[in-house]
Amino acid sequence: MRKQDFKDLLMFLGAPLLTLAIFVVYPIVATIVISFTKGGLSFTLENYREVLLETIPLKALVVANPEPYPPWGALVHNAVWILIAVPAVVFLGMLLAYALRKTLGSSFILGIIFLGMVLPGVVSGLIIRFMFDADIGIFPRIFALFSIPILSRTWTIYPQSALFALILGSVWLWLGFSVTLYSAGLDSIPPSLIEAALVDGASEREIFIKIIVPQLKPVTIVVALMTIMWILKIFDIVYVVTGGGPGGSSTVLALIMYTYFASALEYNKAAAVAVMLAVLTLIPAYWYIKMILGSEKQ
Amino acid sequence: MSRRKITPGKMLTNFSLWLFAILWLLPFIALVVMSVKPYTEVILYGWWTLGGNYSLKNYVEVLTNPSYNFLAGLKNSFLISSISTIIPVLFAAMTAYSLTYLYFKYKTLLFIFILFFMSVPQQMVVIPLFNLYAKTGLYDTFIGIILLHSAWGTPWIAFFLRNYFKMIPQSFVEAARVDGASEAEIFFKVLLPVSIPALVAASAVQFTWVWGDFFYAMVFLPTPANYVVTQRLALLKGQYHIDWGLLSAGAILAMLPPLLMYLALKKYYVRGFIGWGIKG
Repeated sequence: MRKQDFKDLLMFLGAPLLTLAIFVVYPIVATIVISFTKGGLSFTLENYREVLLETIPLKALVVANPEPYPPWGALVHNAVWILIAVPAVVFLGMLLAYALRKTLGSSFILGIIFLGMVLPGVVSGLIIRFMFDADIGIFPRIFALFSIPILSRTWTIYPQSALFALILGSVWLWLGFSVTLYSAGLDSIPPSLIEAALVDGASEREIFIKIIVPQLKPVTIVVALMTIMWILKIFDIVYVVTGGGPGGSSTVLALIMYTYFASALEYNKAAAVAVMLAVLTLIPAYWYIKMILGSEKQ
Repeated sequence: MSRRKITPGKMLTNFSLWLFAILWLLPFIALVVMSVKPYTEVILYGWWTLGGNYSLKNYVEVLTNPSYNFLAGLKNSFLISSISTIIPVLFAAMTAYSLTYLYFKYKTLLFIFILFFMSVPQQMVVIPLFNLYAKTGLYDTFIGIILLHSAWGTPWIAFFLRNYFKMIPQSFVEAARVDGASEAEIFFKVLLPVSIPALVAASAVQFTWVWGDFFYAMVFLPTPANYVVTQRLALLKGQYHIDWGLLSAGAILAMLPPLLMYLALKKYYVRGFIGWGIKG
């Protein structure tokens, strides 16, 4: 390597890489070390064992609950969240993006749906809290019209409904991202494909299912992966709306980590939860990174 | 798409989509209405009745009551978010430049690491940094949290800008090299000026992200005088009694800066957000 090249590299990469080393790389490595030690420096799995076997609902990752509603433990809550919100965001996003193509003022509607992405998490949380409030919220009032008492009270303060209020709220927030990605994806489908199908006498529905959905598959994968990662890391809205309550019925992994860290001051256990969270996030991230690197080679 | 005749079916789609959009917007409308009405009226008649008294009392109360100290929160947020946008955008542009135009070993490895850092959860770094900050005096300081936000923002912006740099014709940079320009000259005088749309997009999203951050602020800014606006807002909620009038005024003040930025820079903004994606 020429001396000049090295100087250039140092000038361009020196400061950024040093900052990354101190504030990202070092703490990641240290967190892993902390999670496998206790007091001394000898290797132990004790933190992971204790965290996984914890039974206090506000800290538990898995709860054996005989009732058909939460608390089920943070790990299960995150999983339920993913199972409900990801299909909803994918399905609604694709359908809306497709329908919006022929709608008057579609960019305005897109703009409105996107608003949720712009909000600070704390504000979104407050809006969710109020949408499900018995006195002033929209949802409980609608269910009151149908006289369903369990859903016409404040959703966020009962274990039967708190988690589901958060999940529905998160769909409201995240849909903008999905619709935007799908709209961009739709623009890249060659119109000739659709015109040819129209000439062959295909119906709207057939075109959507046989052409649009398969053509949008790469977008669907990206939307699904990012939504999963977002749900795994979710913290703000849960903290503000329910704080994980009532009775631990709406805890999530990131919140459990914070509870160990800030309330219990059990740093080793907090680190263990953080590592588990990071490993779970890495599964969709790995897939996504592979996709990016794959498209680089082409 | 070719324009076809307006059919009843099409009108129905149009109508239902607009209805959907209004329903989606309803929480925002409610928030605005509640913020300009006394909460007692909202409780009695609901925010959907348009009559009654309107005033900016809630806003005045939130901004001037010293126990809420919202103005200080807004000020702190502005300071932290602005600097935490400028630094990582510059760092990321430098990193992206190296990844696109400089030749060195382990380039792909660095790129993979950057993609990996983008997806790491915030929870993964706070414990060691908490100790480090306590020892170095960075704890509870703006500099501490600005450095963290800057480091945290650099990977995704670098990824985003690299994609943009790749679209710029290589001949652009090659021509400048042939003319004998140094790499620094090329970077500042050739590349950055043509990358302004991407720099604006990344800045808008990074600013929004730092502005909305709550987790890092709670961990690293424990003194009320240093609270950012999200902490102030969470505090405003109170434990048992919720005054939605005050709270919605506070929420609107807290979301106004990113919202205005979104409205002003909509096209850039959406582009940036698509690149932001998997950010922790």
